Amino acid sequence: MSAFPDPLTGMAAPLDPGALRDNVDTDAIIPSREMRSTGRDGLADGLFAPWRYADADARRPDPGFVLNRTEYADAPILVAGDNFGCGSSREHAVWALGEWGIKVILAASFAPIFHANCIRNFLLPITQPRVVLEQVAGSRLTIDLAAQTIRTGDAVHRFDIDPEAKRMLAEGLDPIDLTLIHTDHIERWITRDRASRPWVYLEASQ
Amino acid sequence: MGQTLFDRIWDAHAIATPDGGAALIAIDRVFLHERTGAAALGRMAQMGRTVKDPARVFAVMDHIVDTRIGRGTVDRRATSMPGGEAFITETRAACMAAGITLFDVNDARQGIVHVISPEQGIVLPGLTLVAPDSHTCTQGAFGALAWGIGSSEAEHAMVTGTLRMEKPRSMQVRFDGEPAAGVTPKDMILHLIAEHGAGGGAGHVVEFTGEAISALDMEGRMTLCNMATEFSALSGLIAPDDTTFNYLAGRPYAPPDFDDPYWRTLVSDADAAFDSEITIDATTIAPMVSWGTSPEHTIPIDGVIPAGPTNALDYIGLSEGAKIAGTPVDAAFIGSCTNARLSDLRRAADILKGHRIAPSIRTALAVPGSLEVKRQAEAEGLDRIFTAAGFEWRMSGCSLCFYAGGEGFPEGSRVISSTNRNFEGRQGPGIRTHIASPETVAASAIAGRIADPRDHACAPVAA
Repeated sequence: MSAFPDPLTGMAAPLDPGALRDNVDTDAIIPSREMRSTGRDGLADGLFAPWRYADADARRPDPGFVLNRTEYADAPILVAGDNFGCGSSREHAVWALGEWGIKVILAASFAPIFHANCIRNFLLPITQPRVVLEQVAGSRLTIDLAAQTIRTGDAVHRFDIDPEAKRMLAEGLDPIDLTLIHTDHIERWITRDRASRPWVYLEASQ
Repeated sequence: MGQTLFDRIWDAHAIATPDGGAALIAIDRVFLHERTGAAALGRMAQMGRTVKDPARVFAVMDHIVDTRIGRGTVDRRATSMPGGEAFITETRAACMAAGITLFDVNDARQGIVHVISPEQGIVLPGLTLVAPDSHTCTQGAFGALAWGIGSSEAEHAMVTGTLRMEKPRSMQVRFDGEPAAGVTPKDMILHLIAEHGAGGGAGHVVEFTGEAISALDMEGRMTLCNMATEFSALSGLIAPDDTTFNYLAGRPYAPPDFDDPYWRTLVSDADAAFDSEITIDATTIAPMVSWGTSPEHTIPIDGVIPAGPTNALDYIGLSEGAKIAGTPVDAAFIGSCTNARLSDLRRAADILKGHRIAPSIRTALAVPGSLEVKRQAEAEGLDRIFTAAGFEWRMSGCSLCFYAGGEGFPEGSRVISSTNRNFEGRQGPGIRTHIASPETVAASAIAGRIADPRDHACAPVAA
């Protein structure tokens, strides 16, 4: 896996042209029936399958769907409304988006599990007010993670990101490695906790 | 200023680290299932990592297992999903290799993860419990901090015994008063989501309080907390009380009793400050049913469809201004981690008793949440009530709460469903879902149309 390619310039594809689509759920991003293997690969083919294909079985594209339109075919940025990524916790939704080439999602708000999954896979979830989203949808944007800005023409919009998420994305860090540095610390905590909450600690396989 | 229950559990699990990054939160329990767990275990092995404490990690086969009576444990006899065998065999092998306790396809303890975790006493008050499944919040009903994560975070939790996270905000949702007859916890949570939106709880851990909550049995509390994720909350939480302790005491992985004074400390202080608060008058809640493609698209069963997003109305094939009651349905589903416990089946059976489903119903399934629920239901004769009414009685599993590519509803079906998600295509391509309580599913199956359960004599929700 690789870090966020900062800065990134590309088209911002509005999931619903002319509107900010709310409550885009992970079943729409990748339906359960498209999760055919136990791995993380080969999922882009099923990305947005219910909307992208007029006939999903025959893989016949729906020319009206935004990612099937030539101007957005290579768009690395998606734009939607509130509560993006709600529903199932399936990380496959983020894997499918990443494999397709999406690097940034601009939305009015995100569902919490999806947001965490994005950070773990170096996709940048950016929250912006709806008025800004309406302005930038359909435009060519430059996303600067270091400066925390969205630029289009002369307009500059700032975005917030928590410092750890920013560092993860910028440096392409594996959080498990970061945490394992603290193994001794964690062990000492567990020793103390075991004394105060013994019921937490179970015997091996019953 | 006092502390909330959420603050208490958070503080009890926060491990200070020298580098000042995100908080490290100790994770007491991890639960996996075959649909997303195999991905976490597979990558862990690939990276040469191991499970820190396998005795605190559990796994179950529930998501894609066949629920037809007579299912097997291997090959296409275990799942109807094309390619589904790999999820089962890889999970089985990975659990064995990692030393994780697995509740396999036909293990007597098998069932939907959020049904069996409480049955086995794996979730306990005050614990942190995570699973790569969004409905993990169900288990917050026991006063645990329980939430859904992705496969990568599941790997992180198993390998390190912790998760890195920013502290969510806290919200109190208080239900005052006593709900009317025929109004269930499902209706209470749908009412909340309809009033405050599917994103209304975003960024929060929600504690449910009030007399209407205290009066609920554990199964009702689980139904309520189950849909906290449909409110976009990280989790839902209910302070443990005698109802909780009596349910858990002596279960296989639980302490024999909860006499230690510690357990009584797991409450929010009277002067605790929440970041936000919502109060609902439970006496005003009606049986609810969804009309659209988000759980927020939900109205009282005697209501009319409001103005809504065009894509939702187009998909569901209904019009603004129409009454929702009376809409013809082709299929009925009673099951899922929301509403497939013994009390749910009892209340649906009370309505079905002495009736037949309408001839227009092409599929009617009753899928117990666990094999233990199934045994108890059969001991009471509920299975015979369901089958006499025309329902198919099943083995336990997630079943057609979602469509994985194998068994499905007949093409074009409109389903009245006791599940939690009415998303486009959730139950199959083009399948239109109306979510409601088990009572409403039963009443609608009899009528062949979306029907008000209050037209039947409804059994009370809390025992």
